[in-house]
Amino acid sequence: VTIKAATTMGPGAAPVASAAEEQGRRPAKGGGRPAVETLSFGVALGAPTFLWQLAFFLVPLGFLVAMTFWSVRNFRLQPDFTFINWEAIFAAGFFRNAFVYTSGMALLTSLLAATAAFPVAYAIAFRTEPALRRLLLFALIVPFFTSFPVRIYSMQIFFSPSGVINTALAVAGLGPVTILNTPLGTLVGYLTLTLPLVILLQTFALGAIDRQFVEAAHNLGCGRLRTIFSVIIPSARVGLVLSAAFAFVLAFGDYISPQFLGGSKPPTLSILIADQVKSGNQWPRASVVALVMILTLTVVLGALLKFAYGGRRATG
Amino acid sequence: MRNPPIFDPRGLLRPSRRQLLQGAGALAGASAFGLGSAAGAQDNVLNLLSWPGHADPAFVKPFEDQYGVKVVAKEYVGGEPMLALMNQSPPGSFDVVLADAEYIGMLQEGGFIDEMNPADYPLTDYWPEFQKFPLHWKNNKLYSVMIRFGYLGLAYRTDLLKADDVKSYKVLWDAKTKGKVGFFDWYLPSMGCLSLHDGNKPPFDIDNAAFEKLKKTLFSLRPQAAGFYSMADMFGMLTNGTAGIIPGIGDWVVLLLQKNGVPVAATVPDEGGIQWTESMSVVSSSTKKDLAKKFIQYASSPEGQFRSARLPAYWASIPNKKGWEKMIADAPQDAKTLRHTFDAPNVMTEYKQGKIFIRQTPVQQDIAAWNDAWSEFKST
Repeated sequence: VTIKAATTMGPGAAPVASAAEEQGRRPAKGGGRPAVETLSFGVALGAPTFLWQLAFFLVPLGFLVAMTFWSVRNFRLQPDFTFINWEAIFAAGFFRNAFVYTSGMALLTSLLAATAAFPVAYAIAFRTEPALRRLLLFALIVPFFTSFPVRIYSMQIFFSPSGVINTALAVAGLGPVTILNTPLGTLVGYLTLTLPLVILLQTFALGAIDRQFVEAAHNLGCGRLRTIFSVIIPSARVGLVLSAAFAFVLAFGDYISPQFLGGSKPPTLSILIADQVKSGNQWPRASVVALVMILTLTVVLGALLKFAYGGRRATG
Repeated sequence: MRNPPIFDPRGLLRPSRRQLLQGAGALAGASAFGLGSAAGAQDNVLNLLSWPGHADPAFVKPFEDQYGVKVVAKEYVGGEPMLALMNQSPPGSFDVVLADAEYIGMLQEGGFIDEMNPADYPLTDYWPEFQKFPLHWKNNKLYSVMIRFGYLGLAYRTDLLKADDVKSYKVLWDAKTKGKVGFFDWYLPSMGCLSLHDGNKPPFDIDNAAFEKLKKTLFSLRPQAAGFYSMADMFGMLTNGTAGIIPGIGDWVVLLLQKNGVPVAATVPDEGGIQWTESMSVVSSSTKKDLAKKFIQYASSPEGQFRSARLPAYWASIPNKKGWEKMIADAPQDAKTLRHTFDAPNVMTEYKQGKIFIRQTPVQQDIAAWNDAWSEFKST
């Protein structure tokens, strides 16, 4: 049971699985501990984080749900039980447009990021020396050192009509290209946000693959591409799907890219939340939008996880 | 065979872990110190709720020096967020509120601001048009003192459009401005100018038929739109040329850009323009009302007016004629730029021509109706 649970936990748990296997062979090391003790140890370890989540995630979430039924009079929030906010948001054309646009853009980001990241992750995981690998992974973390809004603002300099890119294009007799205030600008922002993380996650996923499988495939006459598609991708499936899921989640909720690179044209759901609050203190309506976003992400993530782990169980 | 660990983050931290810990300790110490000193200074603080930039030392320094206090501002953009902050902050959070005139009535009805004594302020030095500014008075009682104002019409890049092109709001639909019309992401000034285009005078007091027509006018601009900008973004987008023209803004954006050599100008088209105002009121829940009064007296004095007009965040016109005189004497070039001179057509000329309409919140519809139209416009 332990081994099965560990393997279904994905690539990060692979070393744990092999450790468990070793333990299985040598049960003397801590093998005789009673289950109750193990459980209470686990509870003690997890309790602080659980309490933190309870206080700062679950309670506010409950408050968010409650607030969707409140009303606003003279810019003042009033506890209430009305469905008027749900009705207003679901009847609004701008909400439907924003929902479709945001979902589509997040999906596109997730597909693009996952596809673009794979060759990089593959190269880092399989084709680099450990020292270089360490350096490259460090370089992927560097973007997180600077806050995202600052990075996005600096990108405005690149993309503006008289910016770096268009000046270079003009020298070559090309352009100008318009990227600021277009969905393409938003997409560039989303990819900037997600790509480093997606590459990191994919690299870890690929790094956890047992090299013996790869060697076996080569020994059996499998070409490089076929090894990638028949051995590597299926082995790292959970990690790869998770990386794409992360990209979807991050892009779906991002406010900075669509506002400052996309020019809010059209607005995404996160911008809609800000607009509802900004233009009438409509926290209840904003809460409705936020809840719809949370529900959407729950459904999407659930489906992706089912897809990832379901497939793994079938092959394993 | 065990896989080699692909990445061990500890390797990165190892050489500098000691330094990191030292840094963290220093940081904690600094924040404790910072908190302590902030708490001790509360009595010497004047809390201002205002548009961005109004606690700039360039404006408040003489006041701070004279009274030994610090002016601390909580900044907002747009009247609705201001109302929300007033509604939701604990009593005593603010001493002075700087608001646009159209929100003074709501602040007064909500019991958020005090009645003021006109004799406390140099209103007789103001231009006659602003001595009894309608939105500041209720039942013949004064609730707010105007500090700055400006006109909203069209702001445009002069390398894209000439002065002749922008005589009418019709230029917004012109082929030249396709994909170049930027918008300040606030329904009120943007839709107000389009209402003037539709021939509604005054632009905010319109019946439902005119409102429906206004919505049509607004939605027809969608193919022209470049983007919807925050306050700070408008400066950037006009500078880098992403936006070639923006309705519903004016000198407050343009003057600073001109100073930096950006080819932009602002104008009030023939259909008319909208006046924005910033006025100060004493917050009813303030525990420092005397200091609040002194601050408003300073802001409306010639010195305060002169400094406020040239606020580093954005420039504006001032209503006090003695402030004009001080500017003409001390900074004649700036007086010319702001058109604050007495011997040439000045900023009061358009006012006297009857082209300027005071910005108001919608009269016959809910704010929400205009807001929703704006959201709809952005998303189509």
